[in-house]
Amino acid sequence: MTIEVSAETRLGSFKLDAHFVSDGRLTAIFGRSGAGKTTLINIIAGLLHPERGRVAVDGSLLLDTEKDVDIPTSRRRIGYVFQESRLFPHLSVRHNLLYGQWFTPRARRYAAFEEVVELLDLGDLLGRGPPQLSGGEKQRVSIGRALLASPRLLLMDEPLSHLDDARKQEVMPYLERLRDQASVPSIYVSHSVAEVARLATSVVLIADGRVAASGPASSMIAKIKRQALTE
Amino acid sequence: MLTLTQQETEAILLSLRVAIVATAASLPFGILVAMVLARGQFFGRSLLNALVLSPLVLPPVVTGYVLLLLLGRHGPLGSWLAEYLGLVFAFRWTGAAVACAVMGFPLMVRAIQLSIEVVDRKLEQAAATLGAGALWVFLTVTLPLMAPGIIAGAILCFARAMGEFGATITFVSNIPGETQTLPTLIYTFTQVPGGDTAALRLTFISIAVSLGAILASEAFVASVARKVRAE
Repeated sequence: MTIEVSAETRLGSFKLDAHFVSDGRLTAIFGRSGAGKTTLINIIAGLLHPERGRVAVDGSLLLDTEKDVDIPTSRRRIGYVFQESRLFPHLSVRHNLLYGQWFTPRARRYAAFEEVVELLDLGDLLGRGPPQLSGGEKQRVSIGRALLASPRLLLMDEPLSHLDDARKQEVMPYLERLRDQASVPSIYVSHSVAEVARLATSVVLIADGRVAASGPASSMIAKIKRQALTE
Repeated sequence: MLTLTQQETEAILLSLRVAIVATAASLPFGILVAMVLARGQFFGRSLLNALVLSPLVLPPVVTGYVLLLLLGRHGPLGSWLAEYLGLVFAFRWTGAAVACAVMGFPLMVRAIQLSIEVVDRKLEQAAATLGAGALWVFLTVTLPLMAPGIIAGAILCFARAMGEFGATITFVSNIPGETQTLPTLIYTFTQVPGGDTAALRLTFISIAVSLGAILASEAFVASVARKVRAE
């Protein structure tokens, strides 16, 4: 399973020019705020359209500005766990979870409802509405919702950044389970060394819109720790 | 004092029918125009906005007269509709419905437009990443979240239609059993000696219906808003 991303675009005075290839189970995109991490994964999801770029996941071409290929977001099959969870406020947890399954043909579904509920411990939450969930619970539901659409790649945009430390510790084990048990690779955006060190199998270090370094987590962790120290 | 004559019952039922038809028939257009005004960016947007709002500020007699010129039997639109579709509006109850719909339209569009502007577009993006195409995003996310505005808009339009006088009497006159609505009948009673009791009776009914509509709208909107309150 290979993820290949290349994007060049300008947003105001910010310039993104990033290229990377990864075949990790959980690829962390690491960098400080404003480095272009979210811009980059929005391009992968098709929520942003770069001036020039190419995105291919497991051999499927999703974007290639040179060949005029730009598959719309709804047909890319890329799950997205947003920073602020973005659960549908008018639907119960159960119906939030089932939302994506509805648009996935039966033959393509690999995530079973019961399995995902068990993986993320969502059983007690199913009947509630999003306003009745804690921040950590919202993010777990949000991960479950993305998984149940059976995506080929899961994007997570700092899913823990809005949570306090206790909540972070509560959600972290689920992210590890997701990495080890779910049959989908993830891209995990973060500016936290601790999260990256604990979760990532490979790391892409991004600074000022460019990829500064990338490689397997074993060789990258020391590098990002050093960078974090110099900040 | 409390028994209604046949003429009065007829006028009340006609008013209800006119208001219901006017509201139901204009609702799809109201949603469409509100969407275009809230989301669209095109040349002539302010002009469309002014056109939609104009019945609010024009004297109703002017609106009624314009309708008569356009949709009257010899009007450019009226003669075409009569010839090709067999639709005649002038001096018919259907014409009263058209007049009421035009007068209620700005209130309806305004309420719906405001509710579209508060729908979080990030939720629409989330739906797209789960596989929902544009039409499904609209039907399953945007439309339910703007429901409070749609209900408020429909009820305001209904209440306006129940009370419409100037445009109705100018366009379709005041024919008992055909175009004599509650307000035009009250007007008739105030013009004849001894009509005071009947006018007063109908005035009470008119006040009750209008206040009831507003109260129902407020209660309904409050209950829906509780349900879809953003996280």
